Amino acid sequence: MTLQDRIIFHNVSKFYGEVLGVNRVNLSIPPGITGLVGPNGSGKTTLLNLMTGLLQPSKGEISVLGLTPDQPQLLFHRLGYCTQYDSFPKGLTGFQFLSGYLRLYGHNREASHRLAAEALASVRLTNAAHRKIAGYSKGMRQRIKLAQAICHNPDVLVLDEPLNGLDPVGRAEAIELFKEAAGKGKFVIISSHILHEVDMISDQVILLDSGYVVAEGNIRGVRSEVKDHPMQILIRCNRPGLVASQLFGQDHVVEVKVHEDRRGLFIRSRDAESLYLLLNRVIVENELEIETVTPADEDVESVYDYLIGFEGGSH
Amino acid sequence: MNQDSASSALKDWRRWPWTLWGRQALAVMGLELKKSLRGRRHWSVLLLAAAPVSLFALRAAVELPGEAVQALGGLAVVYAVVFRTFMLRLVVFFGCVAVFANLFRGELQEKTLHYYFLAPIRREVLGIGKYLAGLVSAGFILGSATAASFLLHYLPAGSSQLADFLFDGPGLGHLLAYVAVTFLGCLGYGSVFLLMGLVFRNPIIPTIVVLGWESINFLLPPALKKISVIYYLESLCPVAVPQRGITILADPAPLWLAVPGLLLLTAVVLFLAGLRLRRLEVSYSTE
Repeated sequence: MTLQDRIIFHNVSKFYGEVLGVNRVNLSIPPGITGLVGPNGSGKTTLLNLMTGLLQPSKGEISVLGLTPDQPQLLFHRLGYCTQYDSFPKGLTGFQFLSGYLRLYGHNREASHRLAAEALASVRLTNAAHRKIAGYSKGMRQRIKLAQAICHNPDVLVLDEPLNGLDPVGRAEAIELFKEAAGKGKFVIISSHILHEVDMISDQVILLDSGYVVAEGNIRGVRSEVKDHPMQILIRCNRPGLVASQLFGQDHVVEVKVHEDRRGLFIRSRDAESLYLLLNRVIVENELEIETVTPADEDVESVYDYLIGFEGGSH
Repeated sequence: MNQDSASSALKDWRRWPWTLWGRQALAVMGLELKKSLRGRRHWSVLLLAAAPVSLFALRAAVELPGEAVQALGGLAVVYAVVFRTFMLRLVVFFGCVAVFANLFRGELQEKTLHYYFLAPIRREVLGIGKYLAGLVSAGFILGSATAASFLLHYLPAGSSQLADFLFDGPGLGHLLAYVAVTFLGCLGYGSVFLLMGLVFRNPIIPTIVVLGWESINFLLPPALKKISVIYYLESLCPVAVPQRGITILADPAPLWLAVPGLLLLTAVVLFLAGLRLRRLEVSYSTE
């Protein structure tokens, strides 16, 4: 992959006076859905604002598909940003807001009207298109912001807490929209504090804490890097006692618990790779019937807990 | 500059997307005017503009006891004094503060500036679009106030005399000149307050400084007088005002210098505003 098809942060720092926003951030974000997680004040919004030029780095360089954020005239043809700011120009309807915004792209009246109508339809706001935004509910305001971010069909979609205020149906629809975009090879960067939803949709995650990137990559890779928390695995099989007996002697196995129904067991191991190799051998040698093998803590929530901890955060 | 570099600069100049920039600036202007019409942005300017109109209307309606109708020449001098001291120094000045200082500062306070900054538009083009919207709003409101107050001022002289003054005398020329000076005032002060709104979080103190500078203009040496908006505006007023008290006299700028001088001043200030805009960050929490 070249600079032209990645989002790159090279040694980026941002200070607000003496207050740290983010520090020495190095990232190379590929296409797909990237979840940005971290507690309040960890630097998530700062990172997104730096990527979109709303803030300028104190140090370092940022490149979005080969473009720098100080080239708005080029960048925003390819990038759409749904911010967390819940404010809108006064007196405008949803349709006027979007079509007026699209005129800034240089579209003529007809094209901007057509694109605005399409964007409104994609977030199911067609019926409210000609109502003033001031009268919209929180969920509708969130949807009009989404419409504003996608109305020009960008390659990079940056979304700051996009699921806030949406009802369950709205959330499902929004998630579908993000997945569809990622499926087309686009970049979708989502900052969210709803960890299980980030987990459900993200191809990779970036964990931030106190302005530093704590971990990045796909969640399995990130989890495997967390060595000081043994990996938890759940196995459902016909002879859990036999598996347990084979595992007890291993140095890397910290804990083995057989389920009360004697149809499964819970294992904690410091070396997942060795554990899986051993499991394979035990299964083959003893002709075991395996129902499921499930990592119990290979998700964003667990990784977040191990690396950042829930104390002091908003979760 | 040699011939090659001159021709390459000309080529660059032609390659720039002027049509797109023009369209984008007009789109910004349209959006801003729509917001002004639908919102309550310019109420303070409307109130300010209503002040001289109301005063002249009251003056036209009420005949003061023992007052004789003045000759048109006398009325012209009175209007010239009122226009310079009240219209230019207060109404146009503060009207421009209200309109232009809030073009960006107001958006930062309402937390809506990011919508513009997230559009594929050069920040300088955005600045020009907003400035033009401010110019149209302020020019229309304050220009109308100037025209209305001018006509109301001459009304007590009688409608037939007023018609003669306007159409057979210098009246129409005076009227057009005052409206043009008002518009040029918006042009000059507008650029200054646009920059102020971009540089200062609270533009009140710099506004007082500019007001002070413009107010003591009559005391400044001729060279310093030229670094002000009021010098050029007063030079363009159609009727001279007798100087009284302590005044350092300077020749008024001739038309060929006053208009380009004001335009140059405006261009320089807008250029500085463009530089500031390029570095402007959206950080609402600090507002």
